Amino acid sequence: MTTTTDLVSYEDALASYDPVMGLEVHVELGTATKMFCGCSTALGAEPNSQTCPVCLGLPGALPVVNATGVESAVKIGLALNCEIAEWCRFARKNYFYPDMPKNFQTSQYDEPIAFGGYLDVQLEDGETFRVEIERAHMEEDTGKSTHVGGATGRIHGASHSLLDYNRAGIPLIEIVTKPIVGAGERAPEVAKAYVRELRELIRALGVSEARMEMGQMRCDVNLSLMPKGADKFGTRSETKNVNSLRSVERAARFEIQRHAAVLSSGGTIIQETRHFHEDTGSTTSGRVKEEAEDYRYFPEPDLVPVAPSRAWVEEIRAALPELPLARRTRLLAEWGISATDMQAILNAGALEPIVATIEAGADATSARKWWMGELARSANESGTSLDELAITPRQVARVTELVTSGDLNDKLARQVIEGVLAGEGTPDEVVDKRGLKVVSDDSALGTAVDEAIAGNPGVADKIRGGKVAAAGALVGAVMKATRGQADAARVKELILEKLGVSE
Amino acid sequence: MTDIIKLTAAETAEKIASGELTAVEVTEAHLARIEAVDEKVHAFLHVDREGALAQARAVDEKRARGDKLGPLAGVPLALKDIFTTEGVPTTVGSKILEGWIPPYDATLTQRLKAADVVILGKTNMDEFAMGSSTENSAYGPTGNPWDLTRIPGGSGGGSSAALASYQAPLAIGTDTGGSIRQPAAVTGTVGVKPTYGAVSRYGMVAFSSSLDQGGPCARTVLDAALLHEVIAGHDPLDSTSIDEPVPPVVEAARNGSVAGMRVGVVKQFRGEGYQAGVVQRFDEAVELLRSLGAEIVELDCPSFDLALSAYYLIAPSECSSNLARFDGLRYGLRTGDDGGHSAEEVTSLTREAGFGPEVKRRVILGTYALSSGYYDAYYGSAQKVRTLIKQDFDKAFEQVDVIVSPTTPTTAFPIGERADDPMAMYLADLCTIPTNLAGNAAMSLPCGLAPEDNLPVGLQIIAPVMKDDRLYKVGAAVEAAFVEKWGHPLLEEAPSL
Amino acid sequence: MPGITREEVAHLARLARLELKPEELDHFAGQLDDIIGAVARVSEVADRDVPPTSHPLPLTNVMRADEVRPSLTPEQALSGAPAQEQQRFKVPQILGEE
Ligand SMILES: [Mg+2]
Ligand SMILES: [Zn+2]
Repeated sequence: MTTTTDLVSYEDALASYDPVMGLEVHVELGTATKMFCGCSTALGAEPNSQTCPVCLGLPGALPVVNATGVESAVKIGLALNCEIAEWCRFARKNYFYPDMPKNFQTSQYDEPIAFGGYLDVQLEDGETFRVEIERAHMEEDTGKSTHVGGATGRIHGASHSLLDYNRAGIPLIEIVTKPIVGAGERAPEVAKAYVRELRELIRALGVSEARMEMGQMRCDVNLSLMPKGADKFGTRSETKNVNSLRSVERAARFEIQRHAAVLSSGGTIIQETRHFHEDTGSTTSGRVKEEAEDYRYFPEPDLVPVAPSRAWVEEIRAALPELPLARRTRLLAEWGISATDMQAILNAGALEPIVATIEAGADATSARKWWMGELARSANESGTSLDELAITPRQVARVTELVTSGDLNDKLARQVIEGVLAGEGTPDEVVDKRGLKVVSDDSALGTAVDEAIAGNPGVADKIRGGKVAAAGALVGAVMKATRGQADAARVKELILEKLGVSE
Repeated sequence: MTDIIKLTAAETAEKIASGELTAVEVTEAHLARIEAVDEKVHAFLHVDREGALAQARAVDEKRARGDKLGPLAGVPLALKDIFTTEGVPTTVGSKILEGWIPPYDATLTQRLKAADVVILGKTNMDEFAMGSSTENSAYGPTGNPWDLTRIPGGSGGGSSAALASYQAPLAIGTDTGGSIRQPAAVTGTVGVKPTYGAVSRYGMVAFSSSLDQGGPCARTVLDAALLHEVIAGHDPLDSTSIDEPVPPVVEAARNGSVAGMRVGVVKQFRGEGYQAGVVQRFDEAVELLRSLGAEIVELDCPSFDLALSAYYLIAPSECSSNLARFDGLRYGLRTGDDGGHSAEEVTSLTREAGFGPEVKRRVILGTYALSSGYYDAYYGSAQKVRTLIKQDFDKAFEQVDVIVSPTTPTTAFPIGERADDPMAMYLADLCTIPTNLAGNAAMSLPCGLAPEDNLPVGLQIIAPVMKDDRLYKVGAAVEAAFVEKWGHPLLEEAPSL
Repeated sequence: MPGITREEVAHLARLARLELKPEELDHFAGQLDDIIGAVARVSEVADRDVPPTSHPLPLTNVMRADEVRPSLTPEQALSGAPAQEQQRFKVPQILGEE
């Protein structure tokens, strides 16, 4: 189903049109149970082992709202600067789909629990952009289908499908932005920064791990263009299930170019769903809505209204943790780094490990140095994220402690980290097993120094002649002979002492 | 020895508790009765012989051990086939669930079992409880024991027919627009629609969620009260269940009285469409109430005229959504899975094959009423009517303690007479529907035979929300006075089968 | 209030996933037109300033604690399945897409 799509260059597109974006993000909550039943939400269970009459939609079964689901929704709403409804209801969204056991989704319609907020997001250069939030509402996830008999599990050409309802009924919060206008050429970057900021926020609130690669956070990118200077929005496309930060940016960028191509050649955009393809960075047409969707929403008669008391809402507000942007701004000042440095830390996913390492006793500079240096490199090589590395912030802090105390130098410290990553044990165990200790004991070093002087008579003469800088070569020889374990500063002192010169 | 099957539930329980009868004897007597007459009546869709006898044996063992028995221990019951029963087929009168064996018990089923009530089997009903005649059952109609060529009411015709033909002293019904009360009326039995939220709906297959309510059916007011007490009460699995103590219904049934009570008669519950004999018996009942010391108050409830219309928008709307789950993919019937049809097509073919005409009509009507262009005019307006009806009831109950009316405008009509005339059929629920819309409690009990056809007429008593005990207090007084007047319970005039 | 046409009934049947036969369409169109004609009376109150009642009870905030309860076994969950494979519900190919 490869169809080539004409594109105009990004620059040309932006020269003629202003993009308008709408982002819809679904977050799977990390509650212990589903939204309307007591089934576990634990990952990795056998198919259909976490289902019950309610989430299978068996005849007669009835939903009961998960209190923690509501509390999480309120937390998210407050963190997004939303108003929390004093009274709201669930509604049924009626449409048939095999993943959805009741053939309606229990969701919210015109009475969302949270509405009218905003989220400030930071772009790569530190500039802040305010994204207005339309609403955040509660709903439930669908089951999962596996398509059998077609190519690579795709729906097309499959002979049949297999359904597992373990995921059906897991609580979702859907967060919808107002149309994002005025971002211009930075629209794709804003989209990415928004989703990232939202993810950080969700994690900081502790309501979900929001791991996009695991489908715990999914984004739909709605995009339209309007001719520069116009004030009426164009027809939008809805690109569904864009599931990484990079893809969010690419999908927005691609759609801007595609819309511009269609519009500038005199064509019209049709309102349709589109699919994003990770491999090519392009979108293809999904289902054209030949009959307008009619979800026949009505208030869910099996549930009673949710009316969060103002006292409870204020209690939740008071207990909110420091939110990510505020925290980053604070840390940036405390650490004395630039916005660009902070952005690099965020991009590397190093913020939490660094903070944890500092909390474990390391100084900020060392913590940053290790996570952004050696460990980032290592993660990069193994294609994993920093938090998946086989070393804990506490262990990194221990390494920095050993460096500060002079027991390790940087070179040895790298070897210790390498050992820990290789599963050889704790930093102290690696130091022991590998025998990695800085040698500063004069008698042990004396022989090596003597050998270095004897082996490099020319260099020794230069030093004796006052060229103290030449001592570096002899230090190098000693370090080599001791396989890096010598205390370099002490070696230099000994060399100068033995050659009778002083600095 | 007295004929076991003619005993009331209260008497049966007493005899089992005292050892005069065993639960097994009682159960066997009813199973034998079912064997003897149900071929003619067709009250049951499924008889759970083994399950019932096992339950009965357990009761007898409990008694032998000296365990305390509940007030209905060992009493047989006919369960409407709308409540799930683990391991026992549940069809809701529909082909689409033919052969479905639920993996779980409804809360009501669990409570019956916990109270040692013996469940004889599952009773016939209009498909998905949509109907007033039980003719809409996919498994064939049920006959009215008074005249087998006539309808036993609906949707719970199986339950009321089982009572009227002495196949069970107790039964369970569900009432969305009158499906407990109207069958009770036309079979000369007692049926109660408790306050909405009084009896758990968990495991009761949904027709119209905001209207459906399970309730007791019996041959006497006291029996209904005893059953009411067993099945009512808060259930954390039903969000719409009322978390308050059950009103003292048994006490009320044992102390029937209307002296000093104010009884309302609503202007809107008479006129065109009411059979003369029904009106006559109703007027006599009102006179009886007056003679028993009640003060009769005329009431005007203008919004009741819109109740039927509101109901036929709300109930179909909710049902169009509730019935969407019957798609042939996870349970029940599947049609057209021949390798050539997609899941979507199989769903459409299954629903076409599995649903009967009344269900299809209502699903389409509900789909229409909820669709975007029509929502405000239809569903939205119907919700406003609902508010007005509640207001009319509120005003009425400022003036009276209970309201009375005929339960249904006519006596049992012949099977087939209204089968393809939905509008005529819908009129059977004219007097019962306002209560479902407002959520308050109501009862139907016999008030005589219509002179023109010698068929039972029902008296409806309506009480405010959570004042279900008033139904029993008034019902017991009326019942006692009528039995005294007639010299025997009305049902004894029914022809023997 | 406008009546209901055969085409509308066909559209509604598609939305409701009912593969109606042509003769059913004709039959239902007539009956539904009658029913809707009768029940449309409710719109008499459309303009009145009355709050809607969607539910007979004034309850709010009925919730449960986030505590795991036993699920069905997969065998129970699949016990009514018309077809199954690999402990999953087996259904014909799905045409639509998410
Ligand atoms: Mg959604
Ligand atoms: Zn569940």
